[in-house]
Amino acid sequence: MIEMQSVYKTYPNGVTALNGIDVHIAQGEFVYVVGPSGAGKSTFTRLMFREEKPTKGTVLVNDMNLSKLKERKIPKLRRQIGVVYQDFRLLPRLSVYENIAFALEVIEESPKNIRKRVMDVLDQVRLKNKARFIPDELSGGEQQRVSIARAIVNHPKLLIADEPTGNLDPETSWEIMSILEEINASGTTVVMATHSKDIVDKMRKRVIAIEDGLVARDEHRGDYGYEA
Amino acid sequence: MMNIEVITAMKLRTMGRHFREGSKSVWRNGWMTVSSVGAVTTTLLLVGVFLALMLNLNQITQEVEKDVEIKVLLDRTLQEDKDISRVEKELNSISDVGSVEFSSKEQELERLIESMGDEGKAFELFDQSNPLKDAFVVKPSDPTDTMEVADKIRGIEGVSEVNYGEEIVQRLLQFNEYARTIGLALIIALVFTAIFLISNTIKITIIARKKEIGIMKLVGATNGFIRWPFFIEGMLLGILGAIIPIAAVVSGYYYLYYNLRDKIQFEFIQLLPFDPFAWQLSLLILGIGVFIGIWGSVMSVRKFLKV
Repeated sequence: MIEMQSVYKTYPNGVTALNGIDVHIAQGEFVYVVGPSGAGKSTFTRLMFREEKPTKGTVLVNDMNLSKLKERKIPKLRRQIGVVYQDFRLLPRLSVYENIAFALEVIEESPKNIRKRVMDVLDQVRLKNKARFIPDELSGGEQQRVSIARAIVNHPKLLIADEPTGNLDPETSWEIMSILEEINASGTTVVMATHSKDIVDKMRKRVIAIEDGLVARDEHRGDYGYEA
Repeated sequence: MMNIEVITAMKLRTMGRHFREGSKSVWRNGWMTVSSVGAVTTTLLLVGVFLALMLNLNQITQEVEKDVEIKVLLDRTLQEDKDISRVEKELNSISDVGSVEFSSKEQELERLIESMGDEGKAFELFDQSNPLKDAFVVKPSDPTDTMEVADKIRGIEGVSEVNYGEEIVQRLLQFNEYARTIGLALIIALVFTAIFLISNTIKITIIARKKEIGIMKLVGATNGFIRWPFFIEGMLLGILGAIIPIAAVVSGYYYLYYNLRDKIQFEFIQLLPFDPFAWQLSLLILGIGVFIGIWGSVMSVRKFLKV
């Protein structure tokens, strides 16, 4: 699914974020990415959907070589990947339904398909009754569920979540985690960058720790490993 | 498998969406829209007036040029048959000569008398001892070559004098050129101002849509899909800006054409006919408006989206 071979990333301002990363993630895995702030977690996840380009090395996602991926092929890659952010990134003027439908409209799905798939995915994140609400009328947890729904409405093979529980209280965080687990159980690979010791330690999945731009630890059924 | 109808339906639906998005922005940008439409309007008004002037001036110049003829007066000593047919042959052998016509001194006198009207009758006295010379009337195949052709004719033996309306032609051509240069410079400056204002207006749309664009990119919208609404917005601004100029130019030309046509005496001043010229001009104005609008949007989209 994801293959990184001696990946380096130096930003134009001279900051080195990644210093030779080798990682292999198989289809269907659930992976936590942990590490101190500024150690390269975000860069690491952003490489996977070609938000960033490696300075050196190879990044393969779903058999596509992202270091060589042409600009105009990026949309094709993105349609196979769902992305969830800490700050939800919903469009404030659109309803829950419209926010999710937007992701399908811009890839030119037919209206019939859009309706069906949006309703399906709302069911999956248990928000069918809030379809007509706008984001401001929802709690943080609900908003994050909308953004997850938007990320998976296109049935991606890979879901990348960058601190999806960062803005949420512990109870709501667990709601989100159970939804992510369900998504993973249906076969979607999930890569989640997080600072939550609680979640990582309880859920016991594969943990990749990144420090100073290097993989410091890569354990199956690992723990958070840092003080909370 | 997708058949052609399904793809066409899809494209139409997508285009419909782009149009909705583009027109929404035109409406939402309020005063920015007004100012850029205003700039396009001013530009196109001037372009329209200038074009109408230019094209008519061109037409008049062409008419005048068509009438340019070189009069070649022959020495009186030439032998009626032998020498004159030699000169005619030589005239015909000059490249760039279109037509050569002989006009005997009797014919010349008749013409002179005719052209003078009543006063010309006085010249009828010369009927017996005609002081005029036999002549050839030569038309150059390209009026701009008149001077060269005239020079070559001067070199022919037996030619006493070569005349053509060099003054008028030269002046008209020169005026035409000045008008064109000044007008073009003015129009290019205005077109760029309008493009700049439109690209600024669209920049505002893009900034307002930054979040939306980010999400579009994230879920895999193609670059073309993201760009289209901005093109449409620019195009609409251009079309809106063309409305007043087209109305003004068409009605202005209508007035000019039907009112002044009869008052102008000179035969060679013929305005281009209202129908089709006014419609062709309208189309041209609309086209330039659309071009300005699309170029303005392309500029800001390229700079701001980096998609």
